[in-house]
Amino acid sequence: MSSFAHLPILPVVLPLFTGIVLLVLRSKALAWQRGISLFATLALIPLAITLTQTAGDGTHLVYALGNWAAPYGIVLVVDRLAAWMLLTTSLLAVFALLYAIRGGDTEGRHFHVLFQLQLFGLNGAFLTGDLFNLFVFFEILLLASYGLLLHGGGRNRVKAGLHFVVINLVGSTLFLFAVGTLYGVTGTLNMADLAVKLAQVPPENVALVQTAGLLLFAVFALKAALLPFYLWLPAAYAHTSAPVAALFAIMTKVGAYSILRVYSLMFGEAAGPVSGLLDAWLAPLALGTLAMGVFGVLASTSLRQQIAYLMVASIGSLLLAFGLGTVDSVAAGLYYLPHSTFSAAAFFLLADAISRARGPLADRLESGPVMPGARTLGGLFFLVAIAIVGLPPLSGFLGKFMLLKAATELPLMPWVWGGVLATGFASMVALARSGSLLFYRTHSAHETSEQITPTYFALTPVAGLLLLILGLVIWAGPLSDYATATAAQLLSPQHYIEAVLGTTP
Amino acid sequence: MEALIALVIGVLTAGGVFLALRGQTFPVVLGLTLLSYAVNLFLFVMGRLAIGVPPVIRDAATAYTDPLPQALVLTAIVISFGMTAFVIVLSLKARSELGNDHVDGLHHDEAHRR
Repeated sequence: MSSFAHLPILPVVLPLFTGIVLLVLRSKALAWQRGISLFATLALIPLAITLTQTAGDGTHLVYALGNWAAPYGIVLVVDRLAAWMLLTTSLLAVFALLYAIRGGDTEGRHFHVLFQLQLFGLNGAFLTGDLFNLFVFFEILLLASYGLLLHGGGRNRVKAGLHFVVINLVGSTLFLFAVGTLYGVTGTLNMADLAVKLAQVPPENVALVQTAGLLLFAVFALKAALLPFYLWLPAAYAHTSAPVAALFAIMTKVGAYSILRVYSLMFGEAAGPVSGLLDAWLAPLALGTLAMGVFGVLASTSLRQQIAYLMVASIGSLLLAFGLGTVDSVAAGLYYLPHSTFSAAAFFLLADAISRARGPLADRLESGPVMPGARTLGGLFFLVAIAIVGLPPLSGFLGKFMLLKAATELPLMPWVWGGVLATGFASMVALARSGSLLFYRTHSAHETSEQITPTYFALTPVAGLLLLILGLVIWAGPLSDYATATAAQLLSPQHYIEAVLGTTP
Repeated sequence: MEALIALVIGVLTAGGVFLALRGQTFPVVLGLTLLSYAVNLFLFVMGRLAIGVPPVIRDAATAYTDPLPQALVLTAIVISFGMTAFVIVLSLKARSELGNDHVDGLHHDEAHRR
């Protein structure tokens, strides 16, 4: 094997080793830990770009761990979707880490170790081609996320963390039940092999496979915060520290990724008796999520709670695009995915700067004193709000426009148009109200010493994430082409199966 | 034997779900543990039940049992063990931070009034 052939494993191994090294160096100076952590996270970007370029022409890089051939060994598979998710994660992680280096990483212990292990779990989940291995990477990223969520401690954080941990442990149990059932029926866990076996499942086992498939959907819906299972998200995200909330913007996308991967590969059109398993579920639930998310946005009493509900709404739009199931709609979803990740992360970081600038009032949506640095903060708030609501000229508008355009020919068209446009309008109204409350309806009490002027260092990550969103607009042509190619690749999984199993049917 | 194992898994799951829905953290932790026991047994049984046959290739053997579920169960046991340890520590932390062992941090009479 040439050294290039080992490329797919590097995004998994690099954060793992960095995490271990940081654990060994935990007594060393903080500057060292920050430097190593930042360097390792930065190194993920060129890796992800190389993988995106390699996968961009439609090849599947298959890496057999321990050189055990699929379906007997575990494989890592880099296709367009996996590379796209890796790139989004690495870009997001750099800015979240930059914000943490500002001082948030000293509130508790082992922040950088947990951060790297979280990246380890995320990258592994995007790359693996094995269902049980996906479970293992889910557990890794969840265990790191428990640690990060509770980072710094405090009453509300512990309470929200307890709910988050318990609900995810129940989710893990369901995941194992679903995986076990699929293994019991088909005798394999490799996703490509499962796709082949499920297409030939005998009629007496169809109900069993459908049960397992829907159970798996429930687990992914829990991670993605889809309609009945979104209630854990606002409490957990609103109470954790800002860099962690920003990094967690990708966590819900892991659930969305898994839904897209598993149901396009294993329950797609080629799956015979079990195809179209989610047709009746995903789009309606996504529309419901969109509606409930926006009701939450309108009813929120604090800014960070409002952003968390905006995130629920964006998951609704994303899964709606995936649920419509055409090439154009999935492409719209894939283009919208990095946008919604970056904009939610930028908003969480900005909300932290705003709540510091307001002193004891923090981010509660009540009229308060004039903020120091209000012009900069207000300008950034305006830009981020435009991005997250999806107004032109930023990429949220383009993503939603692609979704609406993809839906014109479909029977669900009135629901999609009505849902997306109405919720967009409602969240715009809600953010206009929050913005005017925070920045205009101030009383002229003199500034207290607890109000911290935001430094440029603290606002750089927000501006950086906004630049990424701008980049999504400037290179919208090539990026949406890439997204369309990704969607086309996903909806005809034959090549994936051939690449993994090394057979031509 | 299949019926007995199925019954055991069912009872464990039912008990686990019931306990996980309780209001105090201790029963919730017990419920999660029971659920993980149930799912470990379930995974194990998915390789089909067989008595006295080897999982690894041997010259004398005529039949084999599936070795993969045993490896899966081993992984699942390790993970659920770690998770249980974590959730116990978290419950203790919640007990000290919130001042009581209710999952919502409410006092006993407060929880009853709801």
